[in-house]
Amino acid sequence: MPLQSRQNYDTLIVGGGLVGAAVACGIAATGAGVAVLDGGDRDFRASRGNFGLVWVQGKGADFPAYARLSGVAARQWADFSAELEDATGIDVGLQQTGGYDFCLTGDEWQQREWEMRQVALHTGGEFEYQMLDAAELRQRIPEVSGEVLGASYSAADGHVNPLYLLRALHQRMHDLGVNYAPGQVVQASRRHNDEYVVSTLQQDYRAAKLVFCAGLSNQRLCRDLDMHIPVQPLRGQLLITDRVPVFLPAATLQVRQTREGTLQIGDSHEDVGLDESTTLDVITRLAQRAVRIFPHLAAVRVNRAWGALRVMTPDGVPIYHQSAEHPGAYAISCHSGVTLAALHAREIANWICSGAQDSLIAPFSAERFNV
Amino acid sequence: MQSAYQMVVIGAGPAGMAAAQTAARQGVEVAVIDEQPHPGGQIYRNVNASPLADIDLLGKDYVFGRQLVQGFEYAHLDYFANSGVWFLDRAGELGIVQDGVHRRVSAQRIVIACGAQERAMPFPGWDKAGVMTAGAAQILMKSAAMVPSEAPVLAGNGPLLLLLAWQYLRAGVRLRAIVDTAQSANRWPALRYFPQAIAASDYLFKGLKLVSAIRRARVPWFREASDLRALGEERLSALHFTCRGKPQHIDTTLLLLHQGVIPALQIAAAAGCETRWNSLQQCWQPQVDDWGQSSVDSVFVAGDAAGIGGARAAWLGGQLAGLQLAHQLGLIDAVKRDKLAQPIRKARARHLAIRPFLDTWYRVAESSLVPGDETLACRCEEVSVGEIRTLAAMGCTGPNQAKAFTRCGMGPCQGRFCGSTVEQVFASETAASPQQIGRFNTRPPLKPVTLGQIAGIAHNEQR
Amino acid sequence: MFKILGDTGEHLVVELDGDEVTVPAGVSVAAALLYLDRIPTRHSVVNGLPRAPYCMMGVCFECLIEVDGVVDQRACQLQVRAGQRLRRQLATSKVESA
Ligand SMILES: Cc1cc2nc3c(=O)[nH]c(=O)nc-3n(C[C@H](O)[C@H](O)[C@H](O)COP(=O)(O)OP(=O)(O)OC[C@H]3O[C@@H](n4cnc5c(N)ncnc54)[C@H](O)[C@@H]3O)c2cc1C
Ligand code: FES
Repeated sequence: MPLQSRQNYDTLIVGGGLVGAAVACGIAATGAGVAVLDGGDRDFRASRGNFGLVWVQGKGADFPAYARLSGVAARQWADFSAELEDATGIDVGLQQTGGYDFCLTGDEWQQREWEMRQVALHTGGEFEYQMLDAAELRQRIPEVSGEVLGASYSAADGHVNPLYLLRALHQRMHDLGVNYAPGQVVQASRRHNDEYVVSTLQQDYRAAKLVFCAGLSNQRLCRDLDMHIPVQPLRGQLLITDRVPVFLPAATLQVRQTREGTLQIGDSHEDVGLDESTTLDVITRLAQRAVRIFPHLAAVRVNRAWGALRVMTPDGVPIYHQSAEHPGAYAISCHSGVTLAALHAREIANWICSGAQDSLIAPFSAERFNV
Repeated sequence: MQSAYQMVVIGAGPAGMAAAQTAARQGVEVAVIDEQPHPGGQIYRNVNASPLADIDLLGKDYVFGRQLVQGFEYAHLDYFANSGVWFLDRAGELGIVQDGVHRRVSAQRIVIACGAQERAMPFPGWDKAGVMTAGAAQILMKSAAMVPSEAPVLAGNGPLLLLLAWQYLRAGVRLRAIVDTAQSANRWPALRYFPQAIAASDYLFKGLKLVSAIRRARVPWFREASDLRALGEERLSALHFTCRGKPQHIDTTLLLLHQGVIPALQIAAAAGCETRWNSLQQCWQPQVDDWGQSSVDSVFVAGDAAGIGGARAAWLGGQLAGLQLAHQLGLIDAVKRDKLAQPIRKARARHLAIRPFLDTWYRVAESSLVPGDETLACRCEEVSVGEIRTLAAMGCTGPNQAKAFTRCGMGPCQGRFCGSTVEQVFASETAASPQQIGRFNTRPPLKPVTLGQIAGIAHNEQR
Repeated sequence: MFKILGDTGEHLVVELDGDEVTVPAGVSVAAALLYLDRIPTRHSVVNGLPRAPYCMMGVCFECLIEVDGVVDQRACQLQVRAGQRLRRQLATSKVESA
């Protein structure tokens, strides 16, 4: 892969997934010299295995700052995707036409209603939602089966093609002059005077600032600079079908129809360690739930099934952390890299560039786990 | 179909039939799953259910399959035709669609004997209607007694192309031309393997017989052809190419392509078997020991699925896998196993002796593996070689990232035909070997299955 | 495009694109289409390119066709049956081929 001989940068970013690429674009746009060190082609990459939702519903029900942050991030999406398309010519397929989360049992309905109320409360009413009963729901989506009791709905939600998003961010990095170095698996990092030195199997890189966006590897890599980043894998299995005629007006948490017409069906939550494989049991449950909600999909062919590992923090809320001992060293760990992409390219990039505190971001320090 | 077997064999070609029969004879409880309506695999397709009035037309090697299939049909085992394995994992769970109904089976041991597929032969227009593989043409002959009604053009490189030409001539089919992309530069390196190939001289004689029959029929034979381009709007109308520096143009509505076969790797990859790049055969193959056992203990790979060796070697390799499995399942001791294996090994070595010579003689030219920018790499999602090349040059972790960025390999064929092109483009752009570049991750379903079929599983179980 | 060697076997009638046609019994749907010379057998969903069976062994998915109302069936993996309703998946409006 083409590698410039230069090894000194203003900012080094470890990880070229959705998070690292978005942050890199934001920082490089200020004119800083940025390099992104990315691992191998078959590493764990949540960016290539996710569901593509821009989702606010229910986020931060018991973490008010996260409810606010998700709202801010989702509201920036329209403008962000237009900006990306202008710059790269890549349309990431944003459809922010609202989102439904189906309830199949009464318990689900009650839990959902509570979460929605909490999020609305935390955001001072900025988050708006509706609880739709079966009749109201079928008015909007006639294909929904009689087994569905209802759904929560929020107009703030939507979805994108996450793979085009990743590609657009990579194209943008390239155009902004970021040195993107694939196949550079980081082994260790250290501080040397005012500089950070990062060693890969091939060479050392140096920079004034260092940002870890390495997904599940953050736990291990950040230790070198005394940051405690407690992330754990949580497997999700997903299915995607062949193209079918468009019938879904908006995203749902269970099934989303891409612009090409394929249906993405997700997703499981399994605590199984570093295992990306698919299992017959879970694929079966996903297929059963999909045809339970939409019986007309029974004849649709499954194109692919895969497993991917979510990057989960203990409370499910992102970590935006600056090392206290080593100023200029940052760790970013989050699950919702699609929803938060605009925020990462803007607020988070600014926060790293300026080094200043920010009240929106401050509650997300990893210090919260050290109590 | 029972819900559990000691051993499940995927594929009823020579390798699968042999593994199943050998193990069953020692008392192993075996199920054989195959997608086709009849046993025999690719080579012996329909051999005992042939629509042809005279199957000798296809040659002695095909007719030989009769006795193998007969033996298989009498063996003590469960054989399921029209059944595709769409899922398997390393724990031995299999998802099978049999005549449209989903079944779930668990196996203590699995033998993957799913054979080979044609290597892609990408050039501008290779996706046109009227361009088919030589293997497809053979399947039409074996399973439907169908041959071209107008003289076809055969293009590419390798023994199967000549075999098809010979079979067509015997069936009275005229050939428009053979457009031969074999490189004479390969001949010297191939001679190095000639002495060992003598051990399998019957293959050499057979080859000579084919060549002289084609010569006698005066089929126009364009050697060292390159820069192929298929033309036509709604369907193929002509083939353009260069031969010894001169541009050539042949009008035709049927073009049959071949440049070798490669192991069908999907099932082994899905089972988690480690694979390695075979630079002589220019393809990936699962890593197996001399019994066919893969890096996953419970999984064996036999026949062409484990590396291209031809039908006879596949038959013998299947027997070895069957013996080792019978041993591992406690039915025969090591002494008996080794005694039975010894003559099989010897015969197999003889059949494999010809391979290095053939692989080198028919080595595919770099230009055929890494075509120009305008060629479609991915026929399903219509992604050009140029798009992949641009990504590789821009900096991209490899084939899987390229797949994510372009949808190349995400269509219904799941990268079976574009995978090798993508790896080769990356390898040539970054001056790395395919081994370093790696390959597409394999995703189930391995065979088509619908949401309703999958969802029906629990339905069956609840009863 | 293809013919049957010594065509004396049984035949049966299926419906293709609304017309009744006679095809050899015991062959795959893809073989029947080639016998009838009805190619292309579909236009691709991505750019509307004309396609026809390519591998005949279930690998390439080029032979997709509608059978008895169900789209995207691999014609090379299905046998012809009397009365079967086949429909080629052709673009309704003709697309310029590349
Ligand atoms: C198109 C083609 C044409 C060839 N023609 C010739 C020839 O004329 N002469 C020659 O010497 N060699 C030929 N070869 C090579 C020859 O076929 C092999 O050497 C030999 O068949 C290998 O035997 P096998 O048992 O390993 O695999 P195969 O004979 O390929 O048998 C594999 C079987 O597995 C089944 N299968 C695969 N996947 C699944 C699944 N998921 N579920 C259920 N079943 C499955 C297939 O339907 C098939 O029946 C050809 C190869 C190809 C691909
Ligand atoms: S022709 Fe290739 S799948 Fe049918």
